[in-house]
Amino acid sequence: MPTPPDAALASPAPAWLDERRRAVAARIGEPTLPSTDEEVWRYSRVADIDLDDWTPVDPGAVAGVPEEVHDLLAALPERAAVVVVRNGVVVHAEVAPAYESLGLFAGRLVDGPTGEEALGAVAGEGPDVFAALNDAHLADPVLVSVPAGVTVDRPVLVVDWVDAEGAAVYPRLVVRLGADAQADVLDWHGSADVAALVAPVIELDVAAAARLGYANVQVRGGRVWQVTSQLSRVERDGTLTSAQAGLGGEYARTRTDCRLVGRGATGTLQAVYFGTDSQTLDFRTFQQHAAPDTTSNLLFKGAVDDSSRSVYTGLIKVEKEARGTNAFQTNRNLKLSEHAWAESVPNLEIETNDVRCSHASTVGPIDEDQRFYLESRGVPTEVAERLVVAGFFAEVLEGLPVRDVAPLVELAIEQRLGRGID
Amino acid sequence: MTGTRAGELRIEGLRAEVAGREILHGIDLHVRSGEVHAVMGPNGSGKSTLSHVLMGKPGYTVTGGSVTLDGVELLSLPTWQRAQAGLFLAMQYPVEVPGVSVDDLLTEALAAAGRDVTVVHTEVAAEAERIGLATRLLDRPVNVDLSGGEKKRNETLQLAVLKPRFAVLDELDSGLDVDALRACARRVEAATTESDLGVLAITHYHRLLDELRPDVVHILVKGRIVATGGPELAAELERTGYAAWTDEEAEAQPEAPKARAIDPSMHPGAGGPGGMFGDPFADPLA
Repeated sequence: MPTPPDAALASPAPAWLDERRRAVAARIGEPTLPSTDEEVWRYSRVADIDLDDWTPVDPGAVAGVPEEVHDLLAALPERAAVVVVRNGVVVHAEVAPAYESLGLFAGRLVDGPTGEEALGAVAGEGPDVFAALNDAHLADPVLVSVPAGVTVDRPVLVVDWVDAEGAAVYPRLVVRLGADAQADVLDWHGSADVAALVAPVIELDVAAAARLGYANVQVRGGRVWQVTSQLSRVERDGTLTSAQAGLGGEYARTRTDCRLVGRGATGTLQAVYFGTDSQTLDFRTFQQHAAPDTTSNLLFKGAVDDSSRSVYTGLIKVEKEARGTNAFQTNRNLKLSEHAWAESVPNLEIETNDVRCSHASTVGPIDEDQRFYLESRGVPTEVAERLVVAGFFAEVLEGLPVRDVAPLVELAIEQRLGRGID
Repeated sequence: MTGTRAGELRIEGLRAEVAGREILHGIDLHVRSGEVHAVMGPNGSGKSTLSHVLMGKPGYTVTGGSVTLDGVELLSLPTWQRAQAGLFLAMQYPVEVPGVSVDDLLTEALAAAGRDVTVVHTEVAAEAERIGLATRLLDRPVNVDLSGGEKKRNETLQLAVLKPRFAVLDELDSGLDVDALRACARRVEAATTESDLGVLAITHYHRLLDELRPDVVHILVKGRIVATGGPELAAELERTGYAAWTDEEAEAQPEAPKARAIDPSMHPGAGGPGGMFGDPFADPLA
């Protein structure tokens, strides 16, 4: 049984946050984890998770920026702001003066503008018990807030680092863009080599005509179990461009809900993932069209090697009032070893006629013709396979909303490829 | 059988099958460095099978014979080592490889050979200029969104940078206009004198041979070489067609399966001489 959230906090939080956590804890009571009988948890490894195995972090005991994070920050010098979160607690926050004067806020949500209102504005009660646990246990939520009309022309970095052995960690990131604002956020999920259960909740709130780029790079260590909810809301003529790289964790699941609530809103959702060893990488996506003339475009591309597994299930939901919707969903999987396994289940649920929708999914080995073509020029087999796989991902990596991070993701993929393809 | 010698691509008694059906019934061809040999044949004669088997494309089973390049047996080598041994295949339908540029490709190929890769970018640019391939196309992934002519120029560019000992040109003349054909043919011909390249040009049509003048012409029908001669043989074929050869062969041999039906690279609509119907000598662009 997890420790009650208020007892876990060593430093005082504002009364409203304490009250909120208590209310959520009372609501969920003794939490029951979902079963794989539920469609959205089918093929997941939720049955292997026991909350009693993990201990919530004592926020008072967390301090300092880990060495590995310094190295990462040195690799990404062009930035408007940086927030470092360690085991769910903000340990460093800094906004470049030029952007601070524009009104950019990046730091502890409890210190930010309209923090109380922003927290949960998109997530609500959350889609599942892990999101609810996040609500009940969140130690120190992060807010990135851009005022209406402001363009932030350098990325905002959020580094979410986990290095507490045996910990249950509940990070929360809220990104809010005012009307006609523009910003790119890089959310880096890394860890030391520790066993941990991490259940992040990410809320992306895009106001009218605002443009948000959000890149999530998940490179946790191989003993981390992670269950993420990424929840977004896009208002009239707003644009969300989200890209995820799912590379780390023993089990790493991300549920992505993109809700297009204003006329003309656009959501572009992309992901790359690469599984090795015994990893399971699990993605559930919901493209929800709740207003006319909205567009969603999803492209998830993954590779599974060794005895790793990947799961993709996606739903395009077009509500009755969402006339003129364009919704596309593509999931492509490369199976690099005979013991690897990829599941792909696309779905549509459409309540109006005036729509343009498509979905496509594939699971297959490396394209034999592409490999043969490269080999016919004298490229050794394993190099040819590496080139083909890297090329397979290039389509997504070239469109990453935070350009500077592409080489880091490419490097992480290369390192996995470099281990050799069977 | 004569012994192998340096400066020679030597195909002896090559037999190959696809899905249990023999397509090549014993091919003998000896191409010396600097020579241009044309292999001409109608649809279904095994032309593409021959080029694919030489390069080791998956899906074909060699059931007999040998192929040596400068004395090195190729048939026991994986595709990339055949290329490293000096063989190049200019493909009829060059494959699009998303995310891989021609620079990346040639850098890896030359690195595997232990050759200098610092010159790749410059050499690619110089060859593009020489072959008439717009340099802006070099930033694209290999063959992606290129026209038929651009793809063949790109194949020729790679040949020029890699400098193989022997090149198999599989229907180099399909799917490209006369300007591109001339540019590619002239570059290949130059390589025969500049670097002593030996060429095996596989084609259905005569027009390639107007640009790339062969020393020897072979006629391939139903998996066998049925005639070998000088350039005059191609000229004779131009006048009389394949009928004389195919009729005679049809009586002697059971019908061979059509290569088109079993070759996965020859997907419909890929461009190239299309048809099993009509005049086999018709210029596809006429």
